Amino acid sequence: MSTIAIHTSATMHHHDDHSHGHHKETFLTKYVFSQDHKMIAKQFLITGIIMGVIAMTLSILFRIQLAYPDHNFPLLEVLLGKFAPDGRLDPNFYLSLVTIHGTIMVFFVLTAGLSGTFSNLLIPLQLGARDMASPFMNMLSYWLFFSASVIMLSTFFIESGPAGAGWTIYPPLSALPKAMPGSGLGMTLWLVSMVLFVASSLIGGINYVSTILNMRTKGMDLWKMPLTCWAFFLTAVLGILSFPVLVAGIVLLVFDRSFGTSFYLSDIYIGGQALANEGGSPILWEHLFWFLGHPEVYIVIMPAMGIASEVMSVNSRKPIFGYHAMVYSLIGITVLSFIVWGHHMFVTGMNPFLGGVFMITTLIIAVPSAVKTFNWLATLWRGNIRFTPAMLFAIGLVSFFISGGLTGIWLGNAALDINLHDTYFVVAHFHLVMGSAAIFGMLAGIYHWYPKMFGRLMNPKLGYLHFWLTFASAYLVFFPMHFMGLDGVPRRYYAFTEFESMQKWLSVNVFITWAAILGAVAQVAFLFNFFYSIFFGEKSTQNPWEANTLEWTTPVERIHGNWPGEIPTVYRWAYDYSKPGHDADFITQNTPLSETMSSNLPHDFAGNEEAERIQEQWNIEHKNIDSREEVK
Amino acid sequence: MVLNKDIDRHNFQPKKFILWLFIVSSIIFFAGLTSGFIVYTGDAGKKLNVQLPHVFIYSTAVIILSSFTLHWSYLQSKKLKFTQQKVGLWLTFVLGILFIVLQVYGWAVWTNLGVFFINSNASISFVYAFTFLHIIHIIAGLGVLIAALVSSYGKLPNVTNSFRMEIASIFWHFVDILWIYLYLFLLLSQ
Repeated sequence: MSTIAIHTSATMHHHDDHSHGHHKETFLTKYVFSQDHKMIAKQFLITGIIMGVIAMTLSILFRIQLAYPDHNFPLLEVLLGKFAPDGRLDPNFYLSLVTIHGTIMVFFVLTAGLSGTFSNLLIPLQLGARDMASPFMNMLSYWLFFSASVIMLSTFFIESGPAGAGWTIYPPLSALPKAMPGSGLGMTLWLVSMVLFVASSLIGGINYVSTILNMRTKGMDLWKMPLTCWAFFLTAVLGILSFPVLVAGIVLLVFDRSFGTSFYLSDIYIGGQALANEGGSPILWEHLFWFLGHPEVYIVIMPAMGIASEVMSVNSRKPIFGYHAMVYSLIGITVLSFIVWGHHMFVTGMNPFLGGVFMITTLIIAVPSAVKTFNWLATLWRGNIRFTPAMLFAIGLVSFFISGGLTGIWLGNAALDINLHDTYFVVAHFHLVMGSAAIFGMLAGIYHWYPKMFGRLMNPKLGYLHFWLTFASAYLVFFPMHFMGLDGVPRRYYAFTEFESMQKWLSVNVFITWAAILGAVAQVAFLFNFFYSIFFGEKSTQNPWEANTLEWTTPVERIHGNWPGEIPTVYRWAYDYSKPGHDADFITQNTPLSETMSSNLPHDFAGNEEAERIQEQWNIEHKNIDSREEVK
Repeated sequence: MVLNKDIDRHNFQPKKFILWLFIVSSIIFFAGLTSGFIVYTGDAGKKLNVQLPHVFIYSTAVIILSSFTLHWSYLQSKKLKFTQQKVGLWLTFVLGILFIVLQVYGWAVWTNLGVFFINSNASISFVYAFTFLHIIHIIAGLGVLIAALVSSYGKLPNVTNSFRMEIASIFWHFVDILWIYLYLFLLLSQ
């Protein structure tokens, strides 16, 4: 059985792994230090879910403070000890909560949890590879991520509390251990954790790119790849090109913190004492940070976009509208994301002309984003839609992407941004456009590929409950924040309703907090569904969604090496849904054109004259000449 | 025969590609640092006003020479002359160590002049940071050279030997070029 497969890519050495794997696979090599991409994907996913639940809980804690700044909750003191003396959050701990909520959500959930899970799971399965380019590096990537997670969470157990300078850790707060409690040991550990995280991301990203470019199966040229793989590919490229700059910034920050250099520090007094640091510029940090930071938001959203494209096409039973436009818009976003970082810095005293340049590049990003949005809507248009939970979450992504994206056009304007900078308007904008949208993409992916990961289906009814509660609460939480922001309410304040001019927002804060609690409770439906279905869910068939991509040609029981025999060859793109003339409404990518004579179109042959001639012959014999006309 | 080639290609091609991607990210890392330098000197108006240690010229010569010895060793391994390959690798290794020594000596020269790492003019701190982070890359390069040396001594199959040789060459030439870039950058911004 195995000898026939030699001529397909990467078969040989994987068959070695294969046979080893079956003989001496222990609990440790199968579930812990696994080098199988499917297991690593599940490790990333479950770690990501746990981190997500923790970060969500943190947000509920600070939401309680915002809604009830005058109340004491004795329970909080029981839970948090001296972080909440007398049942009220300590102001420094509030800052730590905001910081760690942002850090975990952006990096640990939506970067590692999203890319780590679905790139690992889908790249080899959809492109027809036995595993990643380097399974060992893949394992290393997960364990670096795991260590980073543990270190990040461990800061809750130190006396001075976690880092508190915001997820962007601007100096001087992040550079001077004495500046505030959240600048002490918690900040040091934050930096250690992030260095490990970046290493994990880079190793993972390098592996994804190498796999995509080198290990596709026969016939899988780049233009036959599903949009998920395009998205993962470009995401990984973004990571490789932007994360090293963050490391460069962090290295300098560590020098400032620990050795007393002055890259970012100048003219600072602590407790009336002048510090020796002189001549540095905190703006330098902002440049280095946002050169990563802005691509990072696309690292977060692009995999979600790829997942949504795939899920929406499968469940609309229609080809994705504008496949090439979808790819080019992803490429456009990738390129543009590197030249817009200045729009985070409009109020740093930037030269207005430079601000204008960043404003124009920022607004140009609206073009590829709009192309994607219109293509999604056109994919849904007159589709034979199946409202699976995955489909609902994908549509939810589009909704959030539109409502959050529109405010991006406001914020991208330098003149408007001067008013809106660091207000709740920004909070509302990015929580919709990259927070909610990306998490909905991730949830769509989980519901859709759950059968591929665990061989069972999640309960759809709980899925619907989860979707509608989450969808409603996300809008109820973030939409009112726009109005607060327009009124000038600043973000990250411990008790802004103490200002007389902002007291009126207290009732809105209470409303938002209860909406957030509703959203958090809704996740119980998901968590129960997820963990229960692993063991007791309905058994899945091989291709439960009747999809075209290669992962559904693998057996339901997940084997090391993915396909028991030869790796399938690919003959067509991934989106032959409801093709006129074919009896089923989907044609898998490994179906040769010779088996679908009744539905082939001239452009399917890509200029292969011999094949065109055979098709014409067949058409004449079967009086099929006019079928195309009829369809039109 | 064709079959074998095919398998080797699939074994090593993605792994070699991984190295190239690592090099790309490393380039971005130093591009970030050097543009940080440009932003700093532009914004703060503080220029690099001290002459670079003279010894950097010698260390540059040493690292360029080491690239030649490594390339010679690489060519010998292609001709299956393994003794010469080992000699070349050892020479490169020693030159690499010498390079580190010269760089550290450069720091000592500056420190004796009172030009410290901890400085109110961070463009000088930048020079220390560049050289330090480059030395870390050199140390990684020495590690790759050791891997090549081990396989040139060991009983490993020749495909592994030549693969490691190739990896070592690519990486070592990269850290060589990286230093030349940093040195030129610093000379031009003096």
